[in-house]
Amino acid sequence: MRIAIASGKGGTGKTLVAASLAKVWDGPVMAVDLDVEEPNLHLFLKPEFGRCEEARIEVPAVDEDRCTHCRACAELCQFKAISDLGRVLLTFPEMCHGCGGCLAVCPEKALMPSSRLLGEICFGQAQDLRFLMGRLRVGEAMSPPLIQAVKRASDGFLPGAGPCDIIFDAPPGVSCPAVNAVMGCDATVLVTEPTPFGFHDLKLAVEAFRPLGTPLGVVVNKAGLGDQDVFTFAAVEDLPVLAEIPYDRRIAEAYSKGKIVAEALPEMRYLFRGLAVRIQGLARPALKERRYA
Amino acid sequence: MTRIAISSEGPGLEERVDPRFGRAAGFILIDLDTMEHEYLDNGSSQARGQGAGIQAVEMIALAGGVKAVLTGFVGPKAFQALQAARIEIGQNLDGLTVREAVERYKQGRVKAASQPNR
Amino acid sequence: MREVLIISGKGGTGKTSLAAAFAHLAGDKVICDLDVDAPDLHLSLKPTHQRVEEYFSGNMAVIDSTRCEQCGICLEMCRYGAISRMDDAFQVDRLKCEGCKVCVHFCPAEAIDFPQKHCGQWFISDTRFGPMVHAQLFPGQENSGRLVALLKQQARELAQVESRNLILCDGAPGIGCPVISSLSGTDLVVAVTEPTPSGRHDLERVVELCAHFKLPVGVVINKFDLNSRETSSIEDFCLEQGLHLLPQLPHDTAMTEAMVRGQAITEYQSDGLAKLVRRIWDEIMDMAGINRTA
Repeated sequence: MRIAIASGKGGTGKTLVAASLAKVWDGPVMAVDLDVEEPNLHLFLKPEFGRCEEARIEVPAVDEDRCTHCRACAELCQFKAISDLGRVLLTFPEMCHGCGGCLAVCPEKALMPSSRLLGEICFGQAQDLRFLMGRLRVGEAMSPPLIQAVKRASDGFLPGAGPCDIIFDAPPGVSCPAVNAVMGCDATVLVTEPTPFGFHDLKLAVEAFRPLGTPLGVVVNKAGLGDQDVFTFAAVEDLPVLAEIPYDRRIAEAYSKGKIVAEALPEMRYLFRGLAVRIQGLARPALKERRYA
Repeated sequence: MTRIAISSEGPGLEERVDPRFGRAAGFILIDLDTMEHEYLDNGSSQARGQGAGIQAVEMIALAGGVKAVLTGFVGPKAFQALQAARIEIGQNLDGLTVREAVERYKQGRVKAASQPNR
Repeated sequence: MREVLIISGKGGTGKTSLAAAFAHLAGDKVICDLDVDAPDLHLSLKPTHQRVEEYFSGNMAVIDSTRCEQCGICLEMCRYGAISRMDDAFQVDRLKCEGCKVCVHFCPAEAIDFPQKHCGQWFISDTRFGPMVHAQLFPGQENSGRLVALLKQQARELAQVESRNLILCDGAPGIGCPVISSLSGTDLVVAVTEPTPSGRHDLERVVELCAHFKLPVGVVINKFDLNSRETSSIEDFCLEQGLHLLPQLPHDTAMTEAMVRGQAITEYQSDGLAKLVRRIWDEIMDMAGINRTA
């Protein structure tokens, strides 16, 4: 089964939840960090890294000798990544979305596939836990292509090693990168905090992820601090509250020391075991549908 | 025929130089000898998500015969495109009217930029 | 006119709470919330919209089944898996459509339309602290940074028209397009972090981005007392990189209490945390070269 841990707002505790869940999960499991702009999961799970691969996206390269400046490519490109200025065809590889349109439309075969670096994908192991993360090159503007590449890599992690569950630590927010990460999962866990900022962003998250059709559940972190609005909202929206992590300075301190909360505090292990079971229950119907589709 | 283009807030020579290049309201293309001029509306570049500057360069290059562009500030990609099209760039001319900017250019007081200023 | 941007790399460090306090303390300014994906500043500032604009960006492909001849070329050519076939109907998944126009162009029956995408709204509003420019992207939309650029442009124009000498921006988390867009044209960056392993790590990435733009950076370590070793590590990093260390803030529930009441911390209290935040703001004004009596 594939579980996404997401949140509208950053800093609510996604990584805290993802790391603890991965540690208490029963059965083979892989932890995947899809927050490619600011990956943090490895700082807690501390995997031993094996190989790192470059992730690249296809961009066009120009053969000036064959180009007749018919402008077909420049007219098609929606992103102005290729531009004809009369005597010279200029490409802006960093603007390219890799759609292949210019290559397909060129009547003179004057364009060839080249690539630009998106970032890297790193494979690791932390005891029996498999680990995968993507890291966006600083200066690279687009995260979705790298997120897609990491998800594809999770399918081919250890060919022949047998199936395992996957826990995806999604990027924060509700725009393209987050939606890309959450797509295709069997359940999405929304981590929120019971404050006005947390509540507001939870509403955005529900609006963003509901259309994807996967079952949603809520984890309220720092419960006890703030107000009741997120709970009322969850009830009204028929969203199961899968766990409440209490506001406790010891948890904040454990996290700040890079500790996995479910290991650092015994009562937290119990809480996360219960959460894991409830998440599995939430995901099972979608998983069944996916398997037998 | 020597023509130059000036980013402009409107079609007349008394309009102010539009400080933005890529998202300028429009461009006045003027023949330096006859002072005849035409206005290119830049509305379609404005609507773009990315690449407004590049599109503006394409439009000017297609109009033909433009030797230099006078404007306020130019981003790095538009700058690259202007250089590829072999069009000189005069920056930091916002605050003047189009007429004043043209006069300055004719007097040789506009230095061709070697780097984008934005 | 000066532009000060508050970012954090990682979310949840207290960036927006601090931005709200600075909005309270700053003199003549335009406030700008550049976190268009998950904006929160309006929850403290409670803006009243003076102007509401629809935001359109990019296009998306829509297949007209009455014209479609089911040849399947669109499905073959789409690199984003956005086109699927259900019985005899081909359709575009609007969440996966990249707006590249390839299918539209290559469809032999010209059966695919390409309307503009309505991506969100942006606003110019009044708040008790002054004018505010902000936006809300509809969920799931591409956050290309263009809306950020648009908001900054609007804020600059507003500042010019109203003769305000400061634009105060609450930035987006991360290091992607929207943050890159926020950095362009900024005079001073305030990076907020916390002493966790992710706090330092994410600060490093965001500082790398700022260095690329050659921008001066002031760093605020929030909740510094949670982990003295991590705090020292961040301090060392700032020293190595030539970043200015602003006064640090202890972990204090007052920050959340103020937020719950819809107040800036400096409205909620005058001592403790609020006093420290005032000192931070004074130093930021010095760094940015803003006259303190303004």
